[in-house]
Amino acid sequence: MLRTIGRHTLNFVQAMGDFALFTGISFRSAIGSRKIIRRIARAGYEQGTRCLPVILIVGMFTGLVLGLQGYYVLNRFGSESLLGALVSLSLVRELGPVLAALMLVGQAGSALAAELGIQRNSEQIAALETMGVSSHAYLVAPRLIAALVVFPMQAALFITVGLWGGSLSGSLLLGLEPGIYWSAVERAVESQDVRECFTKAVVFGLLTIALCSYHGFNAHRCRSATGARAVSASTTRAVVQSSITVLAADYVITSFLV
Amino acid sequence: MAAESPPLLLHVEGLRKRFGDNIVLDGASLDVPRGSLVSVLGRSGAGKSVFLKCLADVMQPDEGRIAFDGRLLSAGDPVARAEFRRRCSFLFQSNALFDSLTALENVALPLEQTTRLSDQEIHDRSLEALRQLELEAHRDRYPSQLSGGMQKRLALARAIVTKPELVLFDEPTAGLDPLRRNAVFAMIAKYQRQFGFTAVVVTHDVPEALVASDRVALLDNGRMCFEGTPAEFSTSALGVVCDFRDSTTALGSSLADIRRVPAPQPADS
Repeated sequence: MLRTIGRHTLNFVQAMGDFALFTGISFRSAIGSRKIIRRIARAGYEQGTRCLPVILIVGMFTGLVLGLQGYYVLNRFGSESLLGALVSLSLVRELGPVLAALMLVGQAGSALAAELGIQRNSEQIAALETMGVSSHAYLVAPRLIAALVVFPMQAALFITVGLWGGSLSGSLLLGLEPGIYWSAVERAVESQDVRECFTKAVVFGLLTIALCSYHGFNAHRCRSATGARAVSASTTRAVVQSSITVLAADYVITSFLV
Repeated sequence: MAAESPPLLLHVEGLRKRFGDNIVLDGASLDVPRGSLVSVLGRSGAGKSVFLKCLADVMQPDEGRIAFDGRLLSAGDPVARAEFRRRCSFLFQSNALFDSLTALENVALPLEQTTRLSDQEIHDRSLEALRQLELEAHRDRYPSQLSGGMQKRLALARAIVTKPELVLFDEPTAGLDPLRRNAVFAMIAKYQRQFGFTAVVVTHDVPEALVASDRVALLDNGRMCFEGTPAEFSTSALGVVCDFRDSTTALGSSLADIRRVPAPQPADS
């Protein structure tokens, strides 16, 4: 049993080191890479447009539900006027970056892992290497850099739509004065909260895209399967690990920043 | 006085590669003179593609030495390997084309990423490569919209667009009809002469390889059991060479034996 625990621990440490190296090499490879700005723009566009509809829909419904639940809870204590504060702080400090990250995993992350896995399987990545083109610089680095820019914007969009959702259910459906709602929002959110939100967004975006790239890029190293099954297994692992990592990182960042 | 042989561009010595218990290469060696077309023949599963991938630096051999233009390629010398990759192209058996890029973008990719040419120069050179391979009309098509033969030619266009000194071909005629097979070999030989690159072609096609190549090598049991000119290959008395070379005659004899036995009459219903 001790041996099994030891083996798993060693495998875990090795995988962490391998992942850290992969991410480091990818960022380093971006330096001096030809036409990388063009590829970053393309990656940003893909990540942004792919997630936009789901960010809008989930953001709106999250805001609507928060407004509804919050109103009934606050109503018990006669504090409906604080609905704006409840919705905005929940969204800005926690739900915005976390839910947007999970949407990113489900939409862009899974697609990225599958795409890189197929490129590995069909020898496109090997072809790049034989041409003297760094596959990290060409395929991974633009996506990582794009995630650092695009994901905070997506989180901000999610929060904005969520705030309007809260306003919609609080004011339009339940009769709270819109002015009271928005002034509570304005009073509640401080620069520290916004900073925490963007810190989380940057970390989540980076972790998500790096993990999905790592698993797709290394699909050929999958021990349990080969070919199409290896791509499927890598994509599943990328999605599961990214989701867990986002929640774990959320706890760590929150405990440091609160 | 004997004619002086051209200098070696590639020297491979004692290459070994195993996957678990399966020994694929067991000391394979090969000399490739500059400006020549060398064909590496061998049965399916003989390790030809693994040998070529070790040469192309896609796969690391367990043991052995590879020297390119007199310089040893080793894991500890990234500069030599980078230089080798700049001067070498590899044509994959699967073509390895980027399915999300058009034909023109596929050909332009190595120029965009490894040279400092302007966009216009890259466009012109890529278009010229497509024109030479009769693919100009399909420049905006994606690889999935092209036939197997066209994809092969597109991969060849991408391989030669950087004007490499050494091109490694991994079964370039696999899956092609006889006419197209001849055309591909003729094309390789033509461009090899025209651009002056050195070519190493891994193939099953003995007749085409003998006609088009300057030298022939035969890989068997992980080793090069024959290395020489096509004329030497044609007259060699080595058992494994005879088996490979005379496979068509052997098939004819087998079929003659089968046909000698009368076919069973269909039973009356």
